[in-house]
Amino acid sequence: MLLREGNIRIPSGCAISGIMNKKGLLFSGDDIVKSIALMHERSNGLGGGFAAYGIYPEYKDLYAFHVFYHHSGAKEDAETFLKKHFEIKLSGEIPTRKVPSIKDAPIIWRYFVLPREDKLMEWGLTEEEFVVRCVMRINSSIDGAFVVSSGKNMGVFKGVGYPEDIGEFYMLDTYKAYIWTAHGRFPTNTPGWWGGAHPFTLLDWSVVHNGEISSYDANRRWVEMFGYKCTLQTDTEVITYIFDLLIRRHGLPLDIVVTALAAPLWDEIERMDDERQELVKAIRAVYGSTLINGPFSIILACKNGILALNDRIKLRPMVAATKGDFVFVASEESAIRAVCPQPERVWAPMGGEPVIALLEGVEDIWP
Amino acid sequence: MDKSNITAPKRIYAKEDVCIGCRLCEIHCIAAHSKYRHDLIKTFKKLSKRPLPRIVVEEDVPLSFGLQCRHCDDPECVKACITGAMQKDPKTGLVINDTERCIGCWTCILACPYGVIRRDYTNKKVASKCDFCLESGLEPACVKNCPNEALYIKNTIKYYDL
Amino acid sequence: MAISLLTPEFIIERNDERCIRCQVCVRQCANLAHIYDEEEDRVLADDSKCVNCHRCVTLCPTRAITIRKNPLEFKENANWTASAIREIYKQAETGGILLTGMGNDKPYPVYWDRMLINASQVTNPSIDPLREPMELKTFLGRKPEMLKVENGKLKEKLPPQLELEVPIMFSAMSFGSISFNACQALAMAASELGIMYNTGEGGLHKDLRKYGKNTIVQVASGRFGVDPEYLNAGAAIEIKIGQGAKPGIGGHLPGEKVTAQISQTRMIPLGSDAISPAPHHDIYSIEDLRQLIFSLKEATDYQKPVAVKIAAVHNVAAICSGIARAGADIIVIDGFRGGTGAAPLRIRDNVGIPIEFALAAVDTRLRQEGIRSQVSLVCAGGIRNSADVIKAIALGADAVYIGQAALIAMGCHMCQKCYTGKCNWGIATQDPNLVKRLNPEIGARRLVNLIKAWAHEMKEMLGGMGINAIESLRGNRFMLRGIGLTSRELDILGIKAAGE
Repeated sequence: MLLREGNIRIPSGCAISGIMNKKGLLFSGDDIVKSIALMHERSNGLGGGFAAYGIYPEYKDLYAFHVFYHHSGAKEDAETFLKKHFEIKLSGEIPTRKVPSIKDAPIIWRYFVLPREDKLMEWGLTEEEFVVRCVMRINSSIDGAFVVSSGKNMGVFKGVGYPEDIGEFYMLDTYKAYIWTAHGRFPTNTPGWWGGAHPFTLLDWSVVHNGEISSYDANRRWVEMFGYKCTLQTDTEVITYIFDLLIRRHGLPLDIVVTALAAPLWDEIERMDDERQELVKAIRAVYGSTLINGPFSIILACKNGILALNDRIKLRPMVAATKGDFVFVASEESAIRAVCPQPERVWAPMGGEPVIALLEGVEDIWP
Repeated sequence: MDKSNITAPKRIYAKEDVCIGCRLCEIHCIAAHSKYRHDLIKTFKKLSKRPLPRIVVEEDVPLSFGLQCRHCDDPECVKACITGAMQKDPKTGLVINDTERCIGCWTCILACPYGVIRRDYTNKKVASKCDFCLESGLEPACVKNCPNEALYIKNTIKYYDL
Repeated sequence: MAISLLTPEFIIERNDERCIRCQVCVRQCANLAHIYDEEEDRVLADDSKCVNCHRCVTLCPTRAITIRKNPLEFKENANWTASAIREIYKQAETGGILLTGMGNDKPYPVYWDRMLINASQVTNPSIDPLREPMELKTFLGRKPEMLKVENGKLKEKLPPQLELEVPIMFSAMSFGSISFNACQALAMAASELGIMYNTGEGGLHKDLRKYGKNTIVQVASGRFGVDPEYLNAGAAIEIKIGQGAKPGIGGHLPGEKVTAQISQTRMIPLGSDAISPAPHHDIYSIEDLRQLIFSLKEATDYQKPVAVKIAAVHNVAAICSGIARAGADIIVIDGFRGGTGAAPLRIRDNVGIPIEFALAAVDTRLRQEGIRSQVSLVCAGGIRNSADVIKAIALGADAVYIGQAALIAMGCHMCQKCYTGKCNWGIATQDPNLVKRLNPEIGARRLVNLIKAWAHEMKEMLGGMGINAIESLRGNRFMLRGIGLTSRELDILGIKAAGE
């Protein structure tokens, strides 16, 4: 029997794409599907997915939980747990279309919730920390249930199949968002588990990633010290947790986080002025275990914007482009030109050089 | 003989703090100047009359060091030599005894302040001293074979500009 | 005197066709195993004195000498092996504790050799260290749980850190247990390599104070040579609680080795025995350790990281957790293969646990407690090559200490007779005739070569794994697979079996 994600570490190659409107203008999922579909050959039909920000404006203050259930028992267990810890304001099945190539879909449910005040008091946690703990509890201890996303005014749509078919399946043409990211997966072996597809999320964070990081276990064992549970054994999962830890919990500015994840080389650091050198040395000394090593290109998204980043010696492709208020990032330039034939600027960011796009009027990616 | 590689006056120095008193310098010096050249076994097994070592380990344990001709800047032995056999080569700065011209009068031995010239009766009666292994064209055998780098060559360019 | 029942352990064989009677062997053997018979013009051997250190073999200009294990056999007996019998003869003749030197040589499993390293194929690229940067720089010292940055500047400075160019340091070896020349070679090499050497409990000779930037000064139970100047002379301070070769045992430098230089450096009377008690008599508990750690920090104005070194014993994980909480900045664990200048044989060979298990258990435990990132972990005890270093770091070490490997690089031949003070290689001796044999410049050069060679190899292995900075290997146990290990052993090491 093939072991699914979580029981075994499955390396995969991938395609990624992201589109954002910096003014917060909402646009449909058609473009992102078109962009990721162009890179069909970079996936193998064993996983595709999308993250969308701004899709639930009418419920923007509620946590939107997208949940997979592999059997109805799991749904019962999870709902018991949810009811105990949250006020469920609204719930229902996520609408889907019949697509011939998409098979074995789980039960896909959506909840708009708020943590129960009494539980927050009892646990003595912030609202966000409470949500994180609950999501981890469901994912690690309720068999057959998997929380796909849990942020506000955002959601993740993913599954086993080519990304364009997944987009069709979830009817993304009917959603409107100001940030879309997409992922097409080329795992080397997987039984085709829906939860294993990307993006991976936590709260508002979502990460799509192309690569196989060689620092995985160093990163995993480090974040696990801070209470995260890497149940999926995927790179995306651990990268998401690192971002969450450094940005949300340690309160570090984004440029410092980027310096930790794709650290400058020592010979470069030696050429920096004394003050900068002291800072970067301290980052490498303290956050050495968050250095992501080996090939990767990632797009981190949250409600404030996106960050696209390559490993420090650029072992994976990534191209960025802008036109007007739109920012595009993709594994291949063609995937950008498929939806924006004449961008104003196109460039291949250097290894470790971040592409940051924030909503107008926002100072940093968090809070 | 190729002397072209000797471009500067050189002297061999001893580091007494790491000389281990093994006397391998003496042994290799003997072989280097025997007819079997660097073959130790033949030199010692076949020759009943072996050359004298031109380096001698002076020892008062724990102190020891290898001593040989200093190739002085103003050599007393050259001044003392009655036949002109002992000469300082102006090009290399080395003090060399021409054994063809040496008559074995030992005046140089009396004159040498370091006691590094020895009486050699092995064949014709001559004075024996360090010749920097010039004939071999190689690094002096004592320096090359010192197991602890207690002998080393230092260029002295005080008087002889390159 | 009654006859000794001990027969020679080794036989000196001399090829008479090659022996030129130069007597280098006679002059070099401090054990007087070679004798020149002038009347016969022959070099003879007293096999019973030979310790098989290879000094004569190496120095013999005609390669006339070889040493063999004495072929003399006892009647075969799986229980009463030759060494078991010989040890009884020795004790029956002397009535004493059996002494030995260097690390445990018994055939316990070497777990380094039961772990295999990963390499990248297809799904991610290996990196060529000749063409791409490959970084080994490592910081040792206490790290805050998180950094505080304001306006692009560090809000609080980091606690003091040791910055190592290669995550390898030279273990504690005292002036006394090894010669001044050996200490100097280690200091010179550490300074050239940008790493650290450790004074051991022998104080710091005034001539070596200039290497302070690359020196870890040790404070052990005898407190030899400790004064404010000493504590401030190095880059870090190490409190030695225990040593892998002799956990629970103190040390004893016999008076005859306490020369003028040693007496001055250790600050003890000339010719007096230097006895390090088994415990520190001011540390009978973990809270006492905390006091000493902070006393030393006070004495050095909080400018030096303080390390605590212990021997790997059964309960090592819990002990290390306590040490971390007691305020140590660096924890050093010394496994049961760690070397020594002198140890009771029974202790060396039977006390302690393998460093591989100790390291894995400590790293796991500190992570479970969420304090691993705050303290640095150094492992020691029998690291033999660059692959051992890579495996140690993947298991969770920040850096390793090498002692025996460093001594071997300087010429040690592992005869295990350090305690006799007659080291023919000039390392474990205070006899000025023998000390001279180690030319510190040659020793330093060989040490530098060794570490550079290991660094090259480590870079190759890192590149193969698709990693270009050593910190991405630290605790990265996915990079290891076990071979020939039980599932219990795999669990403790926290690694999978090959093929999984």
